[in-house]
Amino acid sequence: MFETVIGLEVHVQLNTKTKLFCSCPTSFAEHQNKNTCPTCLALPGALPVVNREAAVKAMRFGYAINANVNHVSTFDRKSYFYPDSPSAYQITQLTKAIVQKGELFIDLEDGSQKRIGMTQAHLEADAGKNMHEGNHSKVDLNRAGTPLMEIVSEPDMRSSDEAVAYLKKLHSTVRYLDISDANMQEGSFRCDVNVSIRPKGQEAFGTRVEIKNINSFKFVAAAIAYEVQRQTEAYEDGVYEQEVHQETRLWNVAEGVTKSMRGKEEAADYRYFPDPDLRPLVVTDEMIEEAKEIPELPDAKVARYVEELGIKKADALVITALKEMAYYFEEMLKYGAVAKTAVTWLTSELLGRLNKAGLSIETSPVDAKALGILVSKITDGTISGKGAKELLDHMMEHEDRDIDALIDELGLAQVSDDGAILAIIDEILANNQDKVEQYKSGKEKLFGFFVGQTMKASKGSANPAKVNELLKQRLNS
Amino acid sequence: MITLKEALTKSSEELEELKAELEKKAKGSGLNAYVGFESSGEGVPILVKDNIQVKDWSVTSGSKILQGYIAPYEATAIKNLKSKGMMAFGRANMDEFAMGSTTESSFYGVTKNPHGTDRVPGGSSGGSAAAVAGGIAIAALGSDTGGSIRQPAAYCGCVGMKPTYGRVSRFGLAAYASSLDQIGPITQNVEDAAILYDAIKGHDDKDSTSADFEIEDIANNLNPDVKLTIAVIDDHISQADTDIQKAFASTIKALEKAGHTIVHKEMSNTKYDIATYYILATAEAATNLARYDGVRYGTRAESNTTEELFFNTRSEGFGTEVKRRILLGNFVLSSGYYDAYYVKAQKVRHLIRDEFNAIFADADLILSPVAPSVAPKIGANEDPLEMYKSDMYTLGVNLAGLPGISLPVAKNDEGMPIGLQLIAKAFDEKTLFNGAASMEKAVNYTK
Repeated sequence: MFETVIGLEVHVQLNTKTKLFCSCPTSFAEHQNKNTCPTCLALPGALPVVNREAAVKAMRFGYAINANVNHVSTFDRKSYFYPDSPSAYQITQLTKAIVQKGELFIDLEDGSQKRIGMTQAHLEADAGKNMHEGNHSKVDLNRAGTPLMEIVSEPDMRSSDEAVAYLKKLHSTVRYLDISDANMQEGSFRCDVNVSIRPKGQEAFGTRVEIKNINSFKFVAAAIAYEVQRQTEAYEDGVYEQEVHQETRLWNVAEGVTKSMRGKEEAADYRYFPDPDLRPLVVTDEMIEEAKEIPELPDAKVARYVEELGIKKADALVITALKEMAYYFEEMLKYGAVAKTAVTWLTSELLGRLNKAGLSIETSPVDAKALGILVSKITDGTISGKGAKELLDHMMEHEDRDIDALIDELGLAQVSDDGAILAIIDEILANNQDKVEQYKSGKEKLFGFFVGQTMKASKGSANPAKVNELLKQRLNS
Repeated sequence: MITLKEALTKSSEELEELKAELEKKAKGSGLNAYVGFESSGEGVPILVKDNIQVKDWSVTSGSKILQGYIAPYEATAIKNLKSKGMMAFGRANMDEFAMGSTTESSFYGVTKNPHGTDRVPGGSSGGSAAAVAGGIAIAALGSDTGGSIRQPAAYCGCVGMKPTYGRVSRFGLAAYASSLDQIGPITQNVEDAAILYDAIKGHDDKDSTSADFEIEDIANNLNPDVKLTIAVIDDHISQADTDIQKAFASTIKALEKAGHTIVHKEMSNTKYDIATYYILATAEAATNLARYDGVRYGTRAESNTTEELFFNTRSEGFGTEVKRRILLGNFVLSSGYYDAYYVKAQKVRHLIRDEFNAIFADADLILSPVAPSVAPKIGANEDPLEMYKSDMYTLGVNLAGLPGISLPVAKNDEGMPIGLQLIAKAFDEKTLFNGAASMEKAVNYTK
């Protein structure tokens, strides 16, 4: 009866070498306030100069989402006092952002895609951090001036599932583009959610509530669910006007609720105006060329995996969700792994082991080369699936990666030699003459018995396919 | 006092002696032009306005709020002059954060005019102009946001030049209004002004608003014999005091005699310059001065909460005029007023620039008064609006980003100097200095 309307604002920390308006490094500093200079400390007389790398990275994002990349964009000052904001204004792009009007396609449960409109992506400077200790506070400005790209979506999402799907797609896109580490826990991918409800069929939007401070996809879903319920109840109870205001609320993790951050009457006036210290950012042909160097993105990869490699779309989606996983997969193929087998060994065998060990694809002790070779050894019959599992277990614990040597060492080589297998088969058949008779008289179920006996006699080293083939030859002759 | 040109020929021993003599004379002068005698670098000592950063100096913009602040870096203009045989010597008094026309709003007290110690030296670069005119500095740097170099130079009877916006790096100049501020020279004569301008000018990667053109040196190629077309705006002149009008009329005669052609032009009333300037400059200033919050440097007031820290520090640290302009700036930027004030003022600024450009289609230079009167008495300007009005002749140059130079042409009956300014089109400092050199010769001003 109600429809949920969601729009998202995501702050992505760009992984540039230096800050947005000065040449201070953005890398981790051991000491507080170490990565600072007159500009990011806002000393008298210091001036900002736009970081070209940040602009190119924002442009690259723009091209990746089919957006308009403005060849001229402008910077504005957003004024507010806070101890971690050295100049007491943030330099941002309010009126003419570098990227405007793009689109992102999200993957829904049923396998379909939905288009989400992107309003704009703009550059702005991050603030520092305040730390409170007892009755005093400290300010660390190492992060002050780090480049952020704020990505604003259209209010195109209609459920928390869609919102999460959007965030996941955005997350993987910026990681594929290598423009951000997008680590939610570390705050390099932060999202604010705008939620409203409206009776189904109504065209006008309801009152929009902004929820800030959400640092995981799980909490995004929970915060939206809570807020939709709160707004719906207010509507049904006839107190929508009184209880739902255009305001900012914070997600309270401990209580699982959203709480009003400040009253309407205290709404901030940021007194935006064009920053007179910065001329408009004019992009050069060279910057455009650099920005257009875009790696293959998840959607294209999924299509290619399905069409060219013949793997299932669901599997392709799992693999491409994470850049590291897709690159791992593609690396496996380079070492001779067959795509379909590679999928299984990557997504269930390796990932299962990594999960158990509390590791991830990035910290996997077994690299793509080793797993790729291993998978190729299954396909060419050198090793059985069972043997391969044993070898993978071994590699999880040990550092040696000479696959051939390991197969020998661990005695995992599969016997595919006809003569050796036939010798075993002949011995089994000779020792079980009665069963051979029964089989030949029609009791074909016994075929499994002969296979089992042969495998047992070979101590599992015989190639099962070969055993099948040779047994059939002997019994049917 | 020897000129900058002469000083540049002296040995380092002679310059050391000169420096000691300057300090002694300054301390005995009673002008309160210097607020410090710090010394940095080697060469000819140049007095530096207290808002230009010299590494390891206390640089305070004449404000209480920056007491205790030591600049950890150097302004590009200072680096540049140090590479040209000059050094930074002494901090010049100024109106707090360059906001004022009299140097009365300084934390360090008022500077006196060497031509009459009951009179203001003008402002905001009053310390720089008083020192040069009073023979206690060879040359000085000032900054000009709405006339702050040209007007004190006119009041004190010396030369003050404001470069085209973008010619001199603003990196290291404590900002008042970023789109208007320029550092420039205050000197004993036009040639010295050209020498000091040459020394500090040039593109700077650290200032995004710095102009990136190749520029020739002016001082070595100064030509006082050039014949130019000079425009005058009759309507504007009629608003000045009789003394100023008389000096203006005789200067025109002298210029004509020197072979220049005078043309009469029209421009909009300067009341629009005043309104536009005091909206845009205060809007920029409100944000530029927001960084003085007591968190990182300067003075910090007693407080129990963050809000109190900001409120008390700024209430106690800023003077009345600075507070007035911060309030005004925040007002014109606030929601609901932005379009009516800030946006409209930006449009008017474009019209003002267009009017200047139209005149420069027919003329090389514009001759104009600098101020409607000679230097007023200390304490005479109690009404801030009256003070703002006295900036009527200088603001347009900043709004249009043009270069201008003020030079003394006469004295009134009381012996107070009268200065007039020449204005050139953007980036045409060459014509500006040539015209000024010619005018200096033609009027033959005696100190």
